[in-house]
Amino acid sequence: MAAAVELRGVDKRFGAIHANREVELVVERGTIHGLIGENGAGKSTLMSILHGFYTADRGEIRIGGEVVTISDSRDAIRHGIEMVHQQFMLVDTLTVLENAVLGAEGGALLGRRLPAARSRLVALARSYGMDLDPDAIVGDLPVGAQQRVEILKALYRGAEILILDEPTAMLTPQEADDLFALLATLRAQGKTMILVTHKLREIMAITDRVSVMRGGRMVAHRETAATTAAELAELMIGRRLASGLAKSPAKPGRALLAVRDLDVPGANGARRVKGVSLDVRAGEIVGIAGVAGNGQSELIDALAGMRRPSGGQIRVGDAAIWPAHRFDAAVLRAAGVAHVPEDRLRTGLVPRFAACESAILGHHQAAERGRLGLIDWHRVAAATRALMAAYDVRPPAPWLRSSSFSGGNQQRLILARELERDPVVLLVGQPTRGVDLGGIDAIHRRLLAMRDAGKAILLVSVELDEILRLADRILVMFDGAIVGDVDPIGADERRIGSLMAGVAEPLAA
Amino acid sequence: MNAALPRWAELGLLPVLNIVLALLVSALVLLAAGQDPVAALHVMISGALGSGEAVAYTLYYATDMVFTGLAVAVAFHCGLFNIGVEGQAYVAGLGAALVCLFLDRLPGLVVVPLAIVAAAGFGAFWAAIPGWLQAKRGSHIVITTIMFNFMSYALMVYLIVNWLIAPGQGAPETRTFAPHTWMPRLGDWLAPFVIAAPGSPLNAATLIAIAALFAVWLLIFRSGLGYAIRVVGASPRAAVYAGIDPGRHVIIAMLISGGLAGGVALNEVVGGSHKLLIGFTAGYGFTGIAVALIGRNHPVGVLLAALLFGALYQGGAELAFDMPAISPDLVVVLQGLVILFTGALGAMLRPALVRVLGRRAPQVAA
Repeated sequence: MAAAVELRGVDKRFGAIHANREVELVVERGTIHGLIGENGAGKSTLMSILHGFYTADRGEIRIGGEVVTISDSRDAIRHGIEMVHQQFMLVDTLTVLENAVLGAEGGALLGRRLPAARSRLVALARSYGMDLDPDAIVGDLPVGAQQRVEILKALYRGAEILILDEPTAMLTPQEADDLFALLATLRAQGKTMILVTHKLREIMAITDRVSVMRGGRMVAHRETAATTAAELAELMIGRRLASGLAKSPAKPGRALLAVRDLDVPGANGARRVKGVSLDVRAGEIVGIAGVAGNGQSELIDALAGMRRPSGGQIRVGDAAIWPAHRFDAAVLRAAGVAHVPEDRLRTGLVPRFAACESAILGHHQAAERGRLGLIDWHRVAAATRALMAAYDVRPPAPWLRSSSFSGGNQQRLILARELERDPVVLLVGQPTRGVDLGGIDAIHRRLLAMRDAGKAILLVSVELDEILRLADRILVMFDGAIVGDVDPIGADERRIGSLMAGVAEPLAA
Repeated sequence: MNAALPRWAELGLLPVLNIVLALLVSALVLLAAGQDPVAALHVMISGALGSGEAVAYTLYYATDMVFTGLAVAVAFHCGLFNIGVEGQAYVAGLGAALVCLFLDRLPGLVVVPLAIVAAAGFGAFWAAIPGWLQAKRGSHIVITTIMFNFMSYALMVYLIVNWLIAPGQGAPETRTFAPHTWMPRLGDWLAPFVIAAPGSPLNAATLIAIAALFAVWLLIFRSGLGYAIRVVGASPRAAVYAGIDPGRHVIIAMLISGGLAGGVALNEVVGGSHKLLIGFTAGYGFTGIAVALIGRNHPVGVLLAALLFGALYQGGAELAFDMPAISPDLVVVLQGLVILFTGALGAMLRPALVRVLGRRAPQVAA
């Protein structure tokens, strides 16, 4: 039988960037095929070509053995190809049923068709063992359920081939397990799935075959059973990763950041952080685990001075920071708090500023000055160049626009700026989101070095692996409160997962 | 991928091509109206640049455009679209006139600087209210500044007609200020050097405009305050992250913007007509938006665009005068075409130029 998808010699350029070079890929029907690679390896471009978002410059696409032209997503759908995006393409205010028929209404008038659609949808969900209420409002569903709606919608439209782009990025470990169970069911029914991810664990757990991309080229195809995570990692980055982090036991000193009963309102005024108390001591990394949206962002914002708390106390070293009349990021910086924000492009940098202009963000009062107290940009640029060399920011071009750097280099630039001023406390949000494997390793080493230099580090990440790897203590946040205090040594990941999902009995913090 | 043009093409060739294109389309419009485009162009150019007097008038109008262009540009760097420069300049005229009318017992060396301060202060005040409303109440600055324009029209008509009008006359304007309170005329000074322009209204406000260009450049691109204003304009969230209070800087930027708008009052009221007239701002505040856009909110660009608009203004006036068959409305159409091609359609020729001259943006290592 012909393969479900065959890509032959697919080539795509964007100006000087050769995103896909002569890529070959064969995906057999009824399998789960992993596609891995670092950021910029060309996976997204390749999948966008398959889904009709881009058209290849050269090469051919065969679906079920037939050569096809896919010039837009409508063509893709006609050939049974559907994409499940990382950011769900659902309308939050509509019901599951309405979302499923969106784009496949079959006419201008819905009325008479909806009952038929409903019975088809319910039957479809049942056949895949999905438990979904067709009348539930999508916005009210948990993230894992929303993803099932997205998959169901694709199946409703007749998908035979599903492309899943980083499907577990927003899920708790349990939700991810549920997703994999669903994928296994789909596979058993003959559907074909392409799983795009950078999480090797998931590749090892669920896929049948795996293809590795690097620098726009397809570098390897493997039977999953015949390979190892270490081999795949090596193929992805093109060199051997130093195995594991040499992490010495923490030697915590006195508390440098002390938070008591902190309440923080969200954007709409509702309380998003509810009575949080925590200490971060010199020489330790405290990790905050949690599913995105459980108050971690608001907590970090408040500790960085970006959001006014509504109650509680914050102390940095010996200084009482909150409550106080003046409370903003400048006050916190002056007290020695550095902050690597989770949203680096919108918050940590000014996208349209040159790198050296972004390199004094938050510190422009202390920037190199010349005559009349005016900023001496030549000296600022020279200092930025030195900083870039020390933190391996590439290219080391201080006048290049901040938004022109890749995610990992933007992150290194921010780290350089924040660490260079010798802070007392370091707040770090999602330090490696969108950073490739080699970069992640360097950033982790940098954070551990800061810890060993006696800094107090508070780390927020939705990547549980990252927290397990770095943190000396793990606090689990759910619905604005800290529901668990876990020792990462010998930590039970499922137990942390239950805490994150709010289904376990909270522990006394 | 972004393709980059060489700097000289981006900043020099592209604008020139746009102006040529605007002139070509203007020629078609004139032909359609049954006029000789070559003769019309000749009248416009000689009217704007052909004599010392013509140049002096062009510079006089360009001075207004520099002030309003800078006012729009400073606000724009803070992410604010200040549509209210017209009204701010108008109210600034009130401040300048009050000083010149009621403090004229003081010597000129005191009155003129006071008039400068009053013009800037009244303009800044009129701009700061929308700024404050934006910063503290979230009222959109575009809406409030437009409303403040209408309020300034009503307020000024009321004040001039009911209170400031010269006694015993019908025209709605104040009496002529005492001569020692006038902004010094430049025509007489310049006569021995380049341009003989006796009787032209060109005055010391033009020198203030040149100083303002340099000062704004220092402020926006070299000072800590300008840096903070640009951060707020580019990314309010990054400003909060940096400990820069967006609301405070919105108000500061509007104060500076309104103060710059006050320069129009110096040039027109204290330097040009020596009295406060209804509607003396004549739309310069709105033209300032085009000046800032075409000048890309940079002082050098604002200067060049202001010179272009000053020449268009003066040349257009000559055209309406010399060729009566071309109505003033048609002159406005011609000026509008230049704005259209250099401003709104400014990037239209870019892709074609890129194909001819293009080099790709430097590739960034991942």
